[in-house]
Amino acid sequence: MSYRGSIPLYWRLQKSKYNLIGKKCVVCGNVYFPPKNLCPKCRRKGKLEDFQFSGNGEIVSYTIIRVPPSGFERQAPYAVAIVKLYEGPNVTGQIVGDIDKVDTGKNVRMVFRRIYEDGKDGIIHYGFKFELVDDGTEK
Amino acid sequence: MKRVAVVGVGQTKFDEHWEKSLRDLSTEAGAKAIQNAGIEGKDIEALFIGNMSAGRFVGQEHLAALSVDYAGLTPIPATRCEAACASGALAFRKAYLSILSGEYDIVMVGGAEKMTDLKGTDAIATLMGAGDQEWESATGLTFVALYALLTQAYMKKFGLTREELALVPVKNHKHGLNNPNAQFNAEITVEDVIKSPLIADPLRLLDCSPITDGAAAVILASERVAKKFETPVWVLGSGQASDTLALHDRKSLTELLATKVAAKNAYEQAGLKPENVSVAEVHDCFSIAEVIAYEDLGFADKGGARKLLVNNETTIGGRIPVNTDGGLKLGHPVGATGIKQIIEIVKQLKGEAITQVKDAKIGLTHNVGGSGATALVHIFGKD
Repeated sequence: MSYRGSIPLYWRLQKSKYNLIGKKCVVCGNVYFPPKNLCPKCRRKGKLEDFQFSGNGEIVSYTIIRVPPSGFERQAPYAVAIVKLYEGPNVTGQIVGDIDKVDTGKNVRMVFRRIYEDGKDGIIHYGFKFELVDDGTEK
Repeated sequence: MKRVAVVGVGQTKFDEHWEKSLRDLSTEAGAKAIQNAGIEGKDIEALFIGNMSAGRFVGQEHLAALSVDYAGLTPIPATRCEAACASGALAFRKAYLSILSGEYDIVMVGGAEKMTDLKGTDAIATLMGAGDQEWESATGLTFVALYALLTQAYMKKFGLTREELALVPVKNHKHGLNNPNAQFNAEITVEDVIKSPLIADPLRLLDCSPITDGAAAVILASERVAKKFETPVWVLGSGQASDTLALHDRKSLTELLATKVAAKNAYEQAGLKPENVSVAEVHDCFSIAEVIAYEDLGFADKGGARKLLVNNETTIGGRIPVNTDGGLKLGHPVGATGIKQIIEIVKQLKGEAITQVKDAKIGLTHNVGGSGATALVHIFGKD
């Protein structure tokens, strides 16, 4: 689909997708990922600044995608999970490695990976995925 | 408060209509609704149409104008409403409010979607437009996968088994066995479900609603006009609520807050409680959605949905039959679904349903957009 090949779309999200940089509201202290430009708690009184997430987290729920959307055909089957980042927010991301080892409660850390190729001539999108820490068992 | 009634209904078969276009389907459903109401096209003062993504499914925007154009109803005002899979019920609510405002007496509400012009993987990607395009879809997530994430969380928390979850599609296929408008008419077993191909673990093919073409339409009338019709079915309550677009931003993965709020508002307006509902059409896009809906709509306590399923309480003949026409498993042209649900409830209340609930007095419809970012609940009754 054409929008996914959009260069500006990926360019403006690059900082967050490459380095897991979200936002912190210096008024209430809440941290946000994905980044927002309005603190939902403080609203106009809030003040958001860039915030670097550690990339460490825990799997809250997961699934193995066996029938992929267009553009992801070559990757299937692959694991996608909701990961609770150590700092608080939940984020959606692929879990790389052995799909049979993926499970709720396992610890993960962010890795930088190729996400999507926009056909033969399009740009290659990179960004964050997660991998299981050690064997991924809870500590 | 003044009242509004449904006075006519019509729909196309929900199917893969390779020979029909979106405009053909919309016009067919609308004409059937007009005929069913016993009115003329010139009596209609405005049109609202629910549609999720004609722009991406068939490259056609400006669908509302196209619909009145092809129905020969110009120059009446026409408005398209979009809330992903809840577009139909959203259009219904907007039409309902437009009559309550005093602006109109007779309004047509349609819902339409033409999904099979695209190849499967593109249709899947288009549906994912209902999620968060930047932070969910970009990971390769699909809509089944979003509900699979809910399923994993629910099964883990409440101990629902894979076999128990399969009771949802088994029941709905049984209900819709004789539904002439269904995409499928086949009885299935729990074994069929748990042996069907995995789509997104633990959801399998028979847990999923299909990709479908179809349209549905109803005629709404003000109380003043509706009283002239034989059996008006009154809108007793209309609730709508929103939640975070992305699933990962929700506080809970075992409930849909938007459904709970929409239901609370609809029940309060109607002056009714969940136990007063005789029949319900709930949004079972994937099996887990129906399970969670039982609890969010108040038919069961939190974690109690499995008991309803195991004891056949939501099967025809049970305490609160759900999805008597087969639900979304038997066809889900996303923008049309919310209207089709209303049509089934109107038929139930008039005693005209294929799988009829005996002496149905109060009916409820529940339509969800995306993974629960929009929910609408409507409650219906008769005099």
